[in-house]
Formats: sequence, C-alpha cells, structure tokens
Amino acid sequence: MNSSRRYFLKVAGLSAFALAGGAGAAMAAGSAPAPAGRGSYEASEKALKAGRWAMVIDTRKLNTVERMRKVIDACHKYHNVPDIPGTQEVKWLWDDTYHHAFSDEVHPVLPTRVEESRFFMLCNHCENPSCVRVCPVKATYKTEQGLVAIDYHRCIGCRFCMAACPYGSRSFNFQDPRPFIKDLNPAYPTRMRGVVEKCTFCAERLEKGLLPVCVEASEGAILFGDLRDPDSVVSKALAENYSIRRKPSLGTDPGVYYII
Amino acid sequence: MYNAKYVIPGLAVFVGIFTMPFWLNFGSEEYRYPEVALPKGQIVIDGQSVDAGAACIEPKEWMRANHMSLLIEWRDQALRNEKRVYVASDGRKWETSLQNTCMACHGDKEAFCDKCHDTNSVNPYCWDCHVIPQGNNHEFE
Ligand code: SF4
Repeated sequence: MNSSRRYFLKVAGLSAFALAGGAGAAMAAGSAPAPAGRGSYEASEKALKAGRWAMVIDTRKLNTVERMRKVIDACHKYHNVPDIPGTQEVKWLWDDTYHHAFSDEVHPVLPTRVEESRFFMLCNHCENPSCVRVCPVKATYKTEQGLVAIDYHRCIGCRFCMAACPYGSRSFNFQDPRPFIKDLNPAYPTRMRGVVEKCTFCAERLEKGLLPVCVEASEGAILFGDLRDPDSVVSKALAENYSIRRKPSLGTDPGVYYII
Repeated sequence: MYNAKYVIPGLAVFVGIFTMPFWLNFGSEEYRYPEVALPKGQIVIDGQSVDAGAACIEPKEWMRANHMSLLIEWRDQALRNEKRVYVASDGRKWETSLQNTCMACHGDKEAFCDKCHDTNSVNPYCWDCHVIPQGNNHEFE
C-alpha cells in the first residue's frame, strides 16, 4: 500500500513537471518576436544632437500677449493641437502671470514690469521628470538627449502623469480632438480620445536639423541648445544673464530657463 | 451503450453544426487578392524624387505579409531609439513615417489600405491619429 502510494506520487510529480516544462517551452515559442524588418535603422545625418537640450526664454523680449499668441499659434497649428474652449482645453504652450508661473518666488514687492507681464510656459523637459516616474506603462519616457517624450500608441489615459507634473504641462484628450482642429497640418499626426499630450521640444524636427517651431516663431526671444556644451547659445545666454526656473525646489531640474 | 439512441444522433448533430463553416464554403469561390490601386509617377518624399511605380521600399510580397510588423518596428525605433531613417535591404534610405513616407505614394487610403483590410475584416486604428493625405481625406470634408 505504502509503496504504491509512493509510486503514484512520483509519477504524478514527474508528469506535472513535464507538463509545466512543455507549457513553458510553448509559451516561449509563442512570444518569440515578430519577424524583424529586412533593413536596418540609423539616425539622420542632419540631426541636431545634444547632451541635454535646454531652452532659455528672454522674458524681456517675449512679454506681451500678442507676441506669445503668435508663438503659441505657430506651435499649435504645426502640431495639430485642438482649440477646445473650457475645462477640456488641450495646450502645449500657454502663458500666465508671474505669481502663477513662479509660485516659489514670494517677494511681496516686484517691479511693475514683472508684476504686470505674462510669462510663456511649456513642458520643462525635466532632468528628473516626475511624470515619467509615475507612468505605469512606460508610455512617457526620457530620451538620451534629455527630451521627455510620450508614445501615444502606448498611453492608456490613466492621467497619473498629469497629477505628477508640478507645472500643469500636460493635457488630456477628453474627446476626439479632430473636430476642434481648424487647419489640419497633413504632415503631422493628431492625437485621439483618451491620451495625454504635451510639448515635445519638436523631437522630429531636431532629427531633421531644424529648431523647434516656437524658437523660429519667437524672433530671437527663445533660445534653444545644448546645456552641456559651454559654447552653445543657451550656455552663453545663461552665463551672461541672471535666470530663474519654475519651482526648482521640487528637484525636477527643469530644462526651461527664464531671463527676467 | 447507455442511451445510445439519444447520444449518437446528438453527436452527429453536434459534429454537423461544428463543421458548418466547411460545409457552407465548400465549392464556393477561392479567395482572391483584392485589386489595390498602385501608385504611379514621380513623387517627392522627404526632398527626394521617387519613381512611385517602380518598387516599394521592400519587395511587394514581403510588404504584403509584413508591413504591420515593419510599421511597429519603425515606431519603436523612432520613438525609443531616436533612429528615424530606415535603410532598406537594397540600400535606399527612407524616413520612418507612415504619413509622410508610406502615404506619400499610397495616398488613396480607400483604394489601397482599406481594400485588403476590409476584405480580411481587420480594423487597424492607425488613422485615429495619423492623418490621411488631403485630397482623398473624406473624413474631414
Ligand atoms: S514639466 Fe511636467 S510633463 Fe514636462 S517633464 Fe517636467 S514633470 Fe514631466
């Protein structure tokens, strides 16, 4: 009796082991990567490269709503950003008051020039982006050159990143954005309902050797370059002028600098 | 056999219904590839003039079977590895863009993409975001 139970357990154990092994092998075969492309991939020769992309906004030049509107419109038109009124607004670039933009700076008295002007804002492409840390599906990520990008194909619309970003840089598509895009740019995609979007620092233009749309539209008020290169326009501008950043105390190390 | 007079006819009916698709399609027409509109003439893609009628970026048969995997690979290479140039097996270089490279030649979605997708009842969501070239852009008219 005893020996036959032992025999039974042995056979049962061995067959369970064999089954599990077989199932594992079958799963491994099933999840083999799709047939790879026949060709190979490379970065464009024209691409602009940087150790860390950064932007310097000269608020002495870019300070009126009209001037900012021009820059914002150029970006939003290029990137098919919908124009939705009300609380479901989608924006890549926007403007606000000094106290809203720089809520860390709590001087009771400010020059009227600063107190009354508007400040131009966008995603800071932070060095330590809190939005990236909270994304549960790695849809948003940091590239080697310091851009914070979103893979819209992968975004599940959970909006954790919107809660995590301390700058309000991200917008959610509560509805299909297409009816709200007046003048569709056929060379750039739109987004769909249920994904989060924000400024990209024009990653695909950098790849073609072009500067971001806002930099071109700003007529010299916005500078863009490599923070790690001491001879770049941004490093020089920062060395010559005193600048501030939005909420640096939070430790995100934002990449957008404001010359006041 | 216990209750054979119920079990055997029951089994026969079950097998008959289960294999219905085979019976229904028996002797019907063979599957034919839908006629897709192929591009013609000179088309400018990313600054270079291309003879659209000559050849796709890879051989036609390979593209027919693998274009979906290729597009996924393009997406991952462009977004995650910052490599936006595809060097095809014949050495020609292409910008990895559905909208600006593929659809520069295959601009008529209805006469090209939809033909096979509809026949095969697949419903890819590419165009929820990617813009169909204007001109045959019925969605926005
Ligand atoms: S500004 Fe906000 S969205 Fe942009 S990288 Fe920083 S945390 Fe992320």
